[in-house]
Amino acid sequence: MNNGIYKILLNERIAKDVYKMILGGDTSAITAPGQFINIGLEGFYLRRPISICDYDDKTITVIYKVVGQGTDELSRLRPGHTLDILVGLGNGYDCSKSGNAPLLVGGGVGVPPLYNLCRTLIGHGKKPTVVLGFNTADEVFYEDEFKSLGAEVFVTTVDGSHGTKGFVTNVFDEIDYDYFYTCGPMPMFRAVNEKAKTGGQFSFEERMGCGFGACMGCSCKTKNGYKRICKDGPVLEREEIIW
Amino acid sequence: MVNTKVTLSGLTLDNPVIPASGTFGFGYEFADIYDINILGSISCKGTTKDSRFGNPTPRIAECTNGMINSVGLQNPGVDKVMSEELKKLAQVYSKPVIANVSGFSIDEYAYTCGKIDKAPEVGLIEVNVSCPNVHNGGMSFGTSAESAAAVTRAVKAVTTKPVYIKLSPNVTDIASIAKACEEAGADGISLINTLLGMRIDLKTRKPVIKNKMGGFSGPAIFPVALRMVYQVYEAVSIPIIGMGGVSSARDVIEMMLAGAAAVQVGAANLVDPFVCKIIIDQLPEVMEQFGIENLTDIIGGSH
Ligand SMILES: Cc1cc2nc3c(=O)[nH]c(=O)nc-3n(C[C@H](O)[C@H](O)[C@H](O)COP(=O)(O)OP(=O)(O)OC[C@H]3O[C@@H](n4cnc5c(N)ncnc54)[C@H](O)[C@@H]3O)c2cc1C
Ligand SMILES: Cc1cc2nc3c(=O)[nH]c(=O)nc-3n(C[C@H](O)[C@H](O)[C@H](O)COP(=O)(O)O)c2cc1C
Ligand code: FES
Repeated sequence: MNNGIYKILLNERIAKDVYKMILGGDTSAITAPGQFINIGLEGFYLRRPISICDYDDKTITVIYKVVGQGTDELSRLRPGHTLDILVGLGNGYDCSKSGNAPLLVGGGVGVPPLYNLCRTLIGHGKKPTVVLGFNTADEVFYEDEFKSLGAEVFVTTVDGSHGTKGFVTNVFDEIDYDYFYTCGPMPMFRAVNEKAKTGGQFSFEERMGCGFGACMGCSCKTKNGYKRICKDGPVLEREEIIW
Repeated sequence: MVNTKVTLSGLTLDNPVIPASGTFGFGYEFADIYDINILGSISCKGTTKDSRFGNPTPRIAECTNGMINSVGLQNPGVDKVMSEELKKLAQVYSKPVIANVSGFSIDEYAYTCGKIDKAPEVGLIEVNVSCPNVHNGGMSFGTSAESAAAVTRAVKAVTTKPVYIKLSPNVTDIASIAKACEEAGADGISLINTLLGMRIDLKTRKPVIKNKMGGFSGPAIFPVALRMVYQVYEAVSIPIIGMGGVSSARDVIEMMLAGAAAVQVGAANLVDPFVCKIIIDQLPEVMEQFGIENLTDIIGGSH
């Protein structure tokens, strides 16, 4: 974990209520795709946890949806503004778990952490297939970005206004995969768990006090004992999850 | 050179800054980010007789200048705390620590305190009486002078180390409860624990926290905490550990002027993991600014 001041380099709307933000600063504490950062916001007591979508030596990209007062405030900040952030939190996805054909399944603002994961898996010579699920066409983001990485991409929308109509699991039968990685809302997780034929990893959300393992605010029960989503997660193995 | 040393019932601390129970785990999460040996002491996560998962999630809500938690005393139980957690902490922290103990009956308090009293790492026992008494319709031990005193007597009978009773602020007359604990043999008083609070989500129209209510803490409660420390200082002659919203060196000094011999920092650790280090670094400078040479000189200085 690193605590630092990060400068907003870009903060732009990329879909309905969804913003992409690029932050400049130290990224040395990031060790795996699927980790998150915890953003301090003036006027808000607790930090806001947001997944790392992508990063390089000097910048971190995050994608967030405006759902409340904190993310609304975040969306109003202009480039040049600085933020106090804890970086490199959580365990992240384990890329070594998958074979040559990983399946990446993202729902809504669960999509962002899969981007750096996809890039990393491709870097390891694997051939990921990506399924992105949204409610409707104007919520869709990052379809082209995943394609540019070289992944095969399916998009589903609940109302059928873009891509395949229905849920992410509707396209699973068309895909050959040996392991899956997913992030998204609980109903999607349940559907993925019912449909998927292989092992996989799920990235969970919980309301957090600290984000680095100190307060026990985010605990959950697993088959391997009690875990803190922020420190022992957010990524849990399929076999250990109690549904 | 200013002197930041303070003493709690014979235990000398390099400075009065102690992370509060439940906001610092067993210390080692923080040892990864700074040398925690600078801390006066550490109040460890609340420990019970048996292992506890605690309450269902969501356990955390935010509010203006503070937070609400309903963690519910998640801990691995006193045996594991002694055989694993305190051992791990001892590898990164070399000073005596404060054991924080909770229970749901008088017997449980006595059992757990009697055990943890023997841990070589423990220098002081802090007894959290904010827990519901399962034998008394769930009323918190800390809400009546009689039951708080009964816990104190039972714990004192089985321990050798200083016993500090940590009081709940959810009472009408905190001074009389503190006084009852002193008369029952308490070596000191810690206060305040969290205030009962809640938040409701406008979208779902339901409480944010699964357990509906939780413990409110953070800078927003500082004036309440300060007032209670001030009142208790007038009522007892044993040392007081003051806490509630402390987030800066100035807050530490204000708490001590109200009557605290040492100070704990809680919620602030969660939002700024370096806060205790920053407070300790800034303390000498702020002392100089206000003409304080020996920190012990100012304890209760506002009375
Ligand atoms: C590990 C992790 C990764 C996340 N990654 C992303 C991401 O990449 N993009 C994205 O858009 N969102 C992400 N979220 C959700 C994001 O944290 C919340 O949407 C955000 O905190 C809402 O803040 P707010 O002030 O707008 O909402 P409010 O409802 O006003 O917030 C009130 C409080 O509740 C907390 N809270 C509210 N919703 C959530 C939630 N779903 N999860 C955790 N805490 C919440 C807030 O942090 C704050 O403390 C992630 C959450 C976690 C735990
Ligand atoms: C997440 C959290 C967990 C806590 N757990 C305990 C506990 O186990 N035992 C205890 O005596 N107090 C516990 N407390 C109370 C604090 O130790 C402290 O008394 C209170 O939060 C007031 O201080 P603050 O405003 O600085 O947080 C907890 C507080 C928080 C925020
Ligand atoms: S949020 Fe504090 S332990 Fe996870």
